[in-house]
Amino acid sequence: MNGRRTRSVVCLALGALLAATGAANAKEEPKRGGILKFVVPDEPPSFDGHRETTFALIHPIAPFYSVLIRINPDNPASLTDFVCDLCTEVPKPVDGGKTYTFKIRKGVKFHDGSPLTAKDVEATFRHIVFPAEGVLSARKAQFSMIESITSPDDETVVFKLKHPSGAFIPVLANPYNFVYSKAKLDQDPRWYEANVMGSGPFVFDKREAGARVTGKANKNYYHKGLPYLDGFEAIFAKKQSLRVQAIRGDQAAIEFRGFPPKSRDDLVRALGKDITVQESDWNCGLVLTPNHSRKPFDDVRVRRALTLALDRWGGSHDLSKIAIVKAAGGLVFPGHPLGMTKEELQKVAGYWPDIEKSRAEARRLLQEAGHPNLSFTFLNRATDQPYTIVGTWMIDQWKKVGISAKMRNEATAGWFAGLRAGDFDVGVTANCQSIVNPLLDVAYYLPTGRSGQQMGVFKDPELEKIYDSMIKLGDVAEQKALMARFERRVMDEEAHNFQIFWWYRIIPHRSYLKGWKISPSHYLNQDLSGLWIDRDL
Amino acid sequence: MAKYVIKRLLLMIPTLFGAAILVFLLMRAIPGDICYLRMAGGGASVDLDVVRQCRVDLGLDRPLWVQFWDFISGFLVGDFGKSMWTGQPIFHEVALRFELSLQIAIMATAVSILIAIPLGTISAVKQDTWVDYAVRTFSIAGIAVPSFWLGILIILGILITSKAWFGQSWMPPITYRPIWVDPWYNLSMLIWPALATGYRYSAVATRMTRSAVLEVLREDYVRTARAKGVFETLVIRRHALRNALLPVITVIGIEFAFLMGGLVVTEQVFNLNGIGKLFVESVENHDYNMTQSLVMLVVAIFALMNFLVDIFYAWLDPRIRYVR
Repeated sequence: MNGRRTRSVVCLALGALLAATGAANAKEEPKRGGILKFVVPDEPPSFDGHRETTFALIHPIAPFYSVLIRINPDNPASLTDFVCDLCTEVPKPVDGGKTYTFKIRKGVKFHDGSPLTAKDVEATFRHIVFPAEGVLSARKAQFSMIESITSPDDETVVFKLKHPSGAFIPVLANPYNFVYSKAKLDQDPRWYEANVMGSGPFVFDKREAGARVTGKANKNYYHKGLPYLDGFEAIFAKKQSLRVQAIRGDQAAIEFRGFPPKSRDDLVRALGKDITVQESDWNCGLVLTPNHSRKPFDDVRVRRALTLALDRWGGSHDLSKIAIVKAAGGLVFPGHPLGMTKEELQKVAGYWPDIEKSRAEARRLLQEAGHPNLSFTFLNRATDQPYTIVGTWMIDQWKKVGISAKMRNEATAGWFAGLRAGDFDVGVTANCQSIVNPLLDVAYYLPTGRSGQQMGVFKDPELEKIYDSMIKLGDVAEQKALMARFERRVMDEEAHNFQIFWWYRIIPHRSYLKGWKISPSHYLNQDLSGLWIDRDL
Repeated sequence: MAKYVIKRLLLMIPTLFGAAILVFLLMRAIPGDICYLRMAGGGASVDLDVVRQCRVDLGLDRPLWVQFWDFISGFLVGDFGKSMWTGQPIFHEVALRFELSLQIAIMATAVSILIAIPLGTISAVKQDTWVDYAVRTFSIAGIAVPSFWLGILIILGILITSKAWFGQSWMPPITYRPIWVDPWYNLSMLIWPALATGYRYSAVATRMTRSAVLEVLREDYVRTARAKGVFETLVIRRHALRNALLPVITVIGIEFAFLMGGLVVTEQVFNLNGIGKLFVESVENHDYNMTQSLVMLVVAIFALMNFLVDIFYAWLDPRIRYVR
């Protein structure tokens, strides 16, 4: 694309974005009716939100369910604005930060007509936190701070914690925490794997395996006046090119996960004012992991050289034009109160503002470690966006300090297998989370054995000590200080793992789709209740 | 003849058994783990205990020979088990997609025949003229151009043309409705992949038709017919083409079997929820049960088609069954 065309595309995109913002500011009157068609890149293996981890479950299934609390749907870009869905008020903890008492809305009904009470909420969280024998609960470990869950009456649920935890409210707002019927769970704890029955804004209509899931508006929804749509159709479409063309050809209005910049530009060029683009930093990080059990990566100097060679600030600018990455940040999601400021970050290895100084230090460390012409192969996922594109960029960056790196691309299963078997010198992985909850999200970087995702094969009791102290703190300032120590230890002092870039979420959608607001995760704000269709544009 | 048929039927057993062993071992040789893929495929954090429990649930912790026995004994009694990915019965998952795959196979075969037989015949009759060269170029292009690429071009072409002509971009539907429910919708979705695939397969059949017709045109009975003053069109239609069609039909029949399970890429391009797409997804997901069942299904279809062709030849030419 030449410069002039690029400018036109960017102008159109910005114009579309401004138009959308302007329209939102004018507080448009929502319109009722219509079926929203959207494409989903994958199909969920089952219907059970407590069991699965894929976003492919959230997009077609979340609209059928209520949750206890959630990120504010009017402000989903916020990282800390949690509001009630089924409760009446987000409680302040008592008992030294260890007890949370939620009051449940009255008059809420499941789609089968049965009333939803505190007993259902209790049964739901028991199903997640204390699953019965044979029941898989994917996020059980995230709730390790919970000691007990009780419901003294039909309107009250009490969570008692083992210790105060800043991670508790965010983890409660996880979008997978669908509230299930106690009666159904008592009947069969695995009933929800193959069935859908919630109390959300849409009622399950049908699933055609491999093709689509459809839902109809819940006329008895407890948030009065919602949903605006008559229904939705979630269409499974694996190929990205087809999903882009589906939006272009109006077979779908939106894909909620995200497209690369090129697809955005193509759609804007083809559809002009008929397309609106929303963009956001994405709670997915691309992570570089040296295998500490392999020489010379057992030497911290070599590991530090790897990160010092990368010009993240320059790369952020260049790569964001072609790949779904943008922010150069630390381990904590950019902009979160617990994260480092840019000034603090610029003191960490790999983030120095003077890249030449940084590379000189990398060369010095390699020389000192006896590997001035280091050569290695790094394991990457054979997926263009953003893995292989960023991988290619890193090869070029490392070359500038005399490192010769080769990329070994493997399909997802082989990539996982290689990482798990420790069959790599350096590995590229991803840390993708739903709700932004840094206290839990950074658990990814804990030593091998303590973290299921840590592929670096190392022990670090000091790091565990920092983490264990941090998660038991109630005070944000103290948490922030410990988090900075944690980040410095992981990325600089011990150089266990490096955040390469944070992903960037780009959602071009048909302009007739209104009411949808982008969030930092493709898992969030997906109940579709506030969306409407306005074709009279 | 009965002895010959039984013999051919019995020969199918070692073929199927060999395929079963091969697919069972190959699937397990591919690096990767369905549970890890399912729980952490999107980059999500996962508790290793959950992965371990998932493996136990799916029976992957059992010895290989036990897993093989389960597979083969189930296959013998027609019980394919459940998909490891969705937990749904495999028979149900395959049946859902079979209708679409069958319709596409029929439509693509029809397109292939409609292109191949007239073009192949014209090419033979006009041998070494510009018409012949044009047809041969057209058919070689069909072999050279991947059908998925042609599919993408077709979709883009429709989008651009519809925008230019009607002011709105239109593309074929991406969800399926059976032909008896909504014929127009159904055809507007399936005609494009049928054209893309049919053209690809017509290329082989066109060349086969050309060669067969050329061979027959040199036969004595054709020369005799011409000498008797029979019209050239009748010579071609009644004498040449009819006799040349036998090998062409064989090729088309085998292609049809391939289309039933082989449209892996075209189905992805057009978002067709058929057997080919299911195949790709089950391999990607390391769904051993589904992949094994689909491979066995395709092997069974091929074995059956080969069996039918053998029987057909034996019926046409008795020397074949006597020699064996």
